[in-house]
Amino acid sequence: MAEPVSQLVASMPRARMLALMTLFLGPAVAIYTLFSIYPLIATMTLSTYTSDPSGVFTFVGLANFVTLLGDAVWSRPFWNAAYNNLIFFCVHMLVQNPIGIALAGLLSLPGLKLKGFYRTVIFLPTMLSVVIVGFSWNLILSPLWGVAEGALKSVGLGAWFAPWMGLPHTALLTLALISVWQFVGIPMMLIYAALLNIPDELTDAARVDGLGQLRIFFHIKLPLVLPTIGMVSILTFVGNFNAFDLIYSVKGALAGPNFASDILGTFFYRTFFGFQLQVGNPTMGAAVATVMFLIILVGVCLYLFVVQRRLRRYSF
Amino acid sequence: MKTSSKARMRTGAALAGLVAGMVAAQAGTLKIESWRNDDADIWNSKIIPAFNKVYPDIKVEFSPSAPADYNAALNARLDGGTAGDLITCRPFDASLALYDKHQLDGLNDLKGMDGFSTVAKSAWTTDDGKTTFCVPMASVIHGFIYNKDAFKKIGASEPKTMAEFHAILDKLKKDGTYTPIDMGTADQWEAATMGFQNIGPNYWKGETGRANLISGKEKFTDPQYTAVFKELASWAPYMGSGFEAQKYPDSQNLFTLGKAAIYPAGSWDITTFRGQATFPIGAFKAPTVAGGDCYISDHTDIGMGLNSASKNKDDAKKFLSWLATPEFADLYANALPGFFPLSNAHVTIKDDLAAEMVGWRKECKSTIRNSYQIVNRGTPNLENELWNVSAQVINGALTPDAAGKQLQDGLDKWYHPAK
Repeated sequence: MAEPVSQLVASMPRARMLALMTLFLGPAVAIYTLFSIYPLIATMTLSTYTSDPSGVFTFVGLANFVTLLGDAVWSRPFWNAAYNNLIFFCVHMLVQNPIGIALAGLLSLPGLKLKGFYRTVIFLPTMLSVVIVGFSWNLILSPLWGVAEGALKSVGLGAWFAPWMGLPHTALLTLALISVWQFVGIPMMLIYAALLNIPDELTDAARVDGLGQLRIFFHIKLPLVLPTIGMVSILTFVGNFNAFDLIYSVKGALAGPNFASDILGTFFYRTFFGFQLQVGNPTMGAAVATVMFLIILVGVCLYLFVVQRRLRRYSF
Repeated sequence: MKTSSKARMRTGAALAGLVAGMVAAQAGTLKIESWRNDDADIWNSKIIPAFNKVYPDIKVEFSPSAPADYNAALNARLDGGTAGDLITCRPFDASLALYDKHQLDGLNDLKGMDGFSTVAKSAWTTDDGKTTFCVPMASVIHGFIYNKDAFKKIGASEPKTMAEFHAILDKLKKDGTYTPIDMGTADQWEAATMGFQNIGPNYWKGETGRANLISGKEKFTDPQYTAVFKELASWAPYMGSGFEAQKYPDSQNLFTLGKAAIYPAGSWDITTFRGQATFPIGAFKAPTVAGGDCYISDHTDIGMGLNSASKNKDDAKKFLSWLATPEFADLYANALPGFFPLSNAHVTIKDDLAAEMVGWRKECKSTIRNSYQIVNRGTPNLENELWNVSAQVINGALTPDAAGKQLQDGLDKWYHPAK
């Protein structure tokens, strides 16, 4: 559907139109090119080089990618990180977003008291520094000083407690849930805003037809906010595959135990910057960054071409 | 509102930092890069003023980074040309890489360098032994620090052999008042550094074993190495519940709160414990396997080098020469008990615990950590692998034999010593 073009723009001389476009779009394009496109291309270029101990760079084509995906020393930690990252993402999709939608649905119920209070409290952790979140949860879950064990004991579930942060099969899940706890406010806010946009006439009509709040939510409100849910999903995807800070602040760059909580971000950090005595390898790091970019690119393209085209938008 | 004012404050602080950085970059000021952020106070209140008594015109700024990120941050700053004039050197391969990239100057001609032995300089010398590129500052010694009250309660004395060590652990466990071994595996490095490298030299006979490892005559799959892992695996039942999630500061706190008996230590912990522990503390060296000769890990840990891109090399060299003087050795050793000077000058250490630990040098043969020199240059990184497998062995996720195999397989991938 073509956008209607105003008479003024249509009748404008071509040169004048170009000048106006440069004036309005130029600064944004320049800044975006300088700070986004140039570093991206520079990273990709760097990934086709290798450096020797004296710091001289030589062009090697795609050799870094062959090493990354073909040499077990590199490919095993890479696939481990990619797999962990997928789990990290799935936990967010299956826990964070449904809870966010449910909270938004509850908040938008007519007649709910203290809406502003709930909204603020649930959104509050999102504004905290990730270092504070990591530190607090470390303390809460600490087997030495944490309140988690005592809290479980007081309800008779003391035997359920384990040092979750330190066990190979629970470390990643624990960290993912901490991240969910911190960021659940974002899907809630976005979906809440979308729910507020639904005209009252629609819900009122449904009420008149005899639908309860639950059915109104599932049959009327939810389909109307699907585009927003799609957007939240893609934001979660991009955010999770770029995630780094929480894992790094809680587990360090070695993401233990035995790399059980290693995700692409921490793997990239170790490779690019090095860690402790491991010397950084900028060219391999750039290769990892490029692969991360491609993973995200493919994910976003799949979403844009497969999912978003089928979403129908309603204009009220 | 609150956040916006906070953000503004942060911006302000960043701007102030930027301005300070620009001022610091002016000639006449020396900036020191270091990972010892714990020691910033002592540098600013004791060491730099002492230097300024000799050279009042040279301004020195101590600018530390977080320890685990130090090398990453430093390399980025060196590559970007924004690093300080003086670079605190990690031992061996990490600093050698900087010298090879022409980011550190050779210091053979520096006044005072002849006051160090070849062994002291070995950590910062090229493989051919020709060029030294950092001034040796201090070494750290491994051992065990213990709560004397805990030993008194169960009637134990310092163990000499592994058998005695285990007898004490059993008694402590039976008594139940104290956590027998105070160590966690969450941060991984304690398992490797305070565990493997601490007790290991007695098994692989110190420098002999280390040299054989480098020459390829010994392998991590040999019994003297897997035996160390077996010993470490046997520690798990004596460690605190949930040790898998116990971090380094947790272990330090557990000990200074008087809740743990034996703390596998590095001598640098003395400074922390002196300030916080209210009970008497003692130290014993790594118990020997079956009597025999004893070896201690006496690891050359800190040096200082000159950034090749420094604009103020004359002043920087004055500072480095001053580091080589007996005055500095004495000052450093007593301001930071647990960091032992490497110069040949005779230094009296006033802290009795630190003095006891340094006294082990007379009773036992010194060695450095076997994962630092030469065998740590490739991918996978041996030191980081060692952290990983040591923590896993204690966690019970890896058998001692499998741990040795993983280390050796990783090493074999890139290290082929001429036989």
